[in-house]
Amino acid sequence: MLEVKNLHVSIEDQQILKGIDLSVNPGEIHAVMGPNGSGKSTLAQVLAGREGYQITQGEVTYHDHDLLDMAPEDRAREGIFLAFQYPVEIPGVNSTYFLRTGLNEILKHRGQEQLDAMDFMTLIRKKLELVEMDESFLKRPVNDGFSGGEKKRHEILQMAVLEPSLAILDETDSGLDIDALRIVANGVNQLHGPDKSAIIVTHYQRLLDYIVPDVVHVLVDGRIVRSGDKNLALELEEKGYDWIKEAEAVQAGE
Amino acid sequence: MAQTTDNIRQYLDHFKRFEESLNGQADSAVHTLRRDSIARFASLGLPTTRDEAWRFTSLAALARTDFAPAPPYKQDLTTTALTPFLFPGLDGIQLVFVNGDYVDEFSNAETLPDGVKVMNLATALKTETALVEEHLGRHLDDDQAFAALNTAFIRDGAFIYLPQNAVLDQPVHLLFLSTAAAEATVSHPRNLIVAGANSRATIVESYAGIDGQVYLTNALTEVIVDAGATLEHCNIQRQSQTAFHLANMQIRSARSSQFTSTSVSLGGRLARHDIHALLAGESCETTLNGLYLASGEQHVDNHTLLEHAQPHCPSHEFYKGILDGKATGSFRGKIYVHRQAQQTNAYQSNQNLLLSDKAQINSKPQLEIYADDVKCSHGSTVGRLDPDAIFYLRSRGLSEETAVAVLTRAFAGEVLERIKLEPVRQKLEQLVDYELATNRKNRDRDE
Repeated sequence: MLEVKNLHVSIEDQQILKGIDLSVNPGEIHAVMGPNGSGKSTLAQVLAGREGYQITQGEVTYHDHDLLDMAPEDRAREGIFLAFQYPVEIPGVNSTYFLRTGLNEILKHRGQEQLDAMDFMTLIRKKLELVEMDESFLKRPVNDGFSGGEKKRHEILQMAVLEPSLAILDETDSGLDIDALRIVANGVNQLHGPDKSAIIVTHYQRLLDYIVPDVVHVLVDGRIVRSGDKNLALELEEKGYDWIKEAEAVQAGE
Repeated sequence: MAQTTDNIRQYLDHFKRFEESLNGQADSAVHTLRRDSIARFASLGLPTTRDEAWRFTSLAALARTDFAPAPPYKQDLTTTALTPFLFPGLDGIQLVFVNGDYVDEFSNAETLPDGVKVMNLATALKTETALVEEHLGRHLDDDQAFAALNTAFIRDGAFIYLPQNAVLDQPVHLLFLSTAAAEATVSHPRNLIVAGANSRATIVESYAGIDGQVYLTNALTEVIVDAGATLEHCNIQRQSQTAFHLANMQIRSARSSQFTSTSVSLGGRLARHDIHALLAGESCETTLNGLYLASGEQHVDNHTLLEHAQPHCPSHEFYKGILDGKATGSFRGKIYVHRQAQQTNAYQSNQNLLLSDKAQINSKPQLEIYADDVKCSHGSTVGRLDPDAIFYLRSRGLSEETAVAVLTRAFAGEVLERIKLEPVRQKLEQLVDYELATNRKNRDRDE
């Protein structure tokens, strides 16, 4: 579904990603772990289409499209969803309106019938239950005045409504208490299916107690230095990132 | 310079003709006021960009234009012609003025509570002389040329009077329309609103042009808010794109009163709004909200002064502007706190959104504080839409164009949502949507 080949990315001439290879098949959950500054969030942002990054080398294909050539909205319409690390506050834009407009754009793209206000409310009430959010959220402006935890749950709510084929969670677990973490994980697990994949970008292993990844990648200094199964995450948790950095240094020295 | 003098002369000529037409009234108190005012106007002259208050608003084009006094209304409008300027669902009192003249057939002010007066000023000058004279022109700033000019030509406009404890549940809509004439014309609508102690009312003023003719509207509204009164006010400017619009509002608030005004400026080639709110009694509250949209070669200027003269008064000012095309604008918000106005709590915010490279705005907050125990804050921003917010919306499937439109509309919505009268708010939302959509089309065409 997603093929990342030798991806090199810079911001203002500083190289952040230095040759990423990543292959995600339908139904797989990948965890991308790594210390701060390793380039995890850059990878997530580049996949979602954020401007301001220079792709200096490499390519990304998604369902046989050249992903890097697609506008952010086209990626969203093709089923890519980024749960933001820092969801943006948008005063004056009503949450319901925002979400319904996005969903209808996606439905239109898929050639499906768009939802009117009534049908949308029926849908969103179910999704609200999933993330244990109150209906009053819908009347508020997008993320405006939301607490950190509310913002993250709101991201998962959006994901549940838009039902992406590839969900990218950018440190959605950071700053969450254990209850919110469970809700977020539950949302991801509910959405997961044979044709629905996820990339979970995280610093810590704890989210992976709830969401079991098929593959774990460790990103250090812009490169994936190791990939393995879920046990790799546990090993990292136990030994810390220094362990892998040192192991890398030894390898490089050989 | 010669040109400026010529253009003062045209107003002096207008005055001479006006005076001749007044036969019999030339000895009245109001006429003394007019005469003093034309003399003051003559000595002040038209402001230039050398005057600090007009630094960013050039009146050169206005000074070059020869205006004739707006001719009397020719009874040539149908009710249908008015429809676009009314608010569907606003069930209230309505006074309509065309080219400065009151038009009885379009107006409706029959059912009023005891003692409440809602009528045109020309009538009130005859039938409510004492009441009018008690307030008319009593609290005007004497350094403003256009206020003096308006006062010199006091003839018609709205007169609203609420006695003590009166409650006017129905909103009042004052509609000032300008229609096409063969030449450029000028009118000077004058409104006087007196809200007695503990009274309550909601008043909407709108100014609009029916055709694309050059004209000048030089309006002045005096508002007296007596102790404990609550006045909700809305000012909507939808003049023709070729019009000059000068509007001045002077408010005097007494103890424990509340005055809220939301001004929405959409039209005009040049629109200037002066507001001077004097908080003249303890614990009175004043709120000024504003939204201005300008595109093409429009120029819009909001010049406000909140003058805290007594202690314990809160004031809030919240203005937002959206400029597109080659539009230019100016915002000046001054908060003046007198020495005795302790415990003043004044908050001011002015945010501007520039949608094109060529649009420009000068935003200048000013604090002048002589009391030592006050809370005053101000913030002013000029900028573009937040790229993070645009990306966020696009990442949820909204096109870039939709994302920009949604965010722009939301920016304006933060002012519109403060309008309590639902029919007025809804209509303004439509007008703003239409305006923003038109600007978008023009932008696409120009690119």
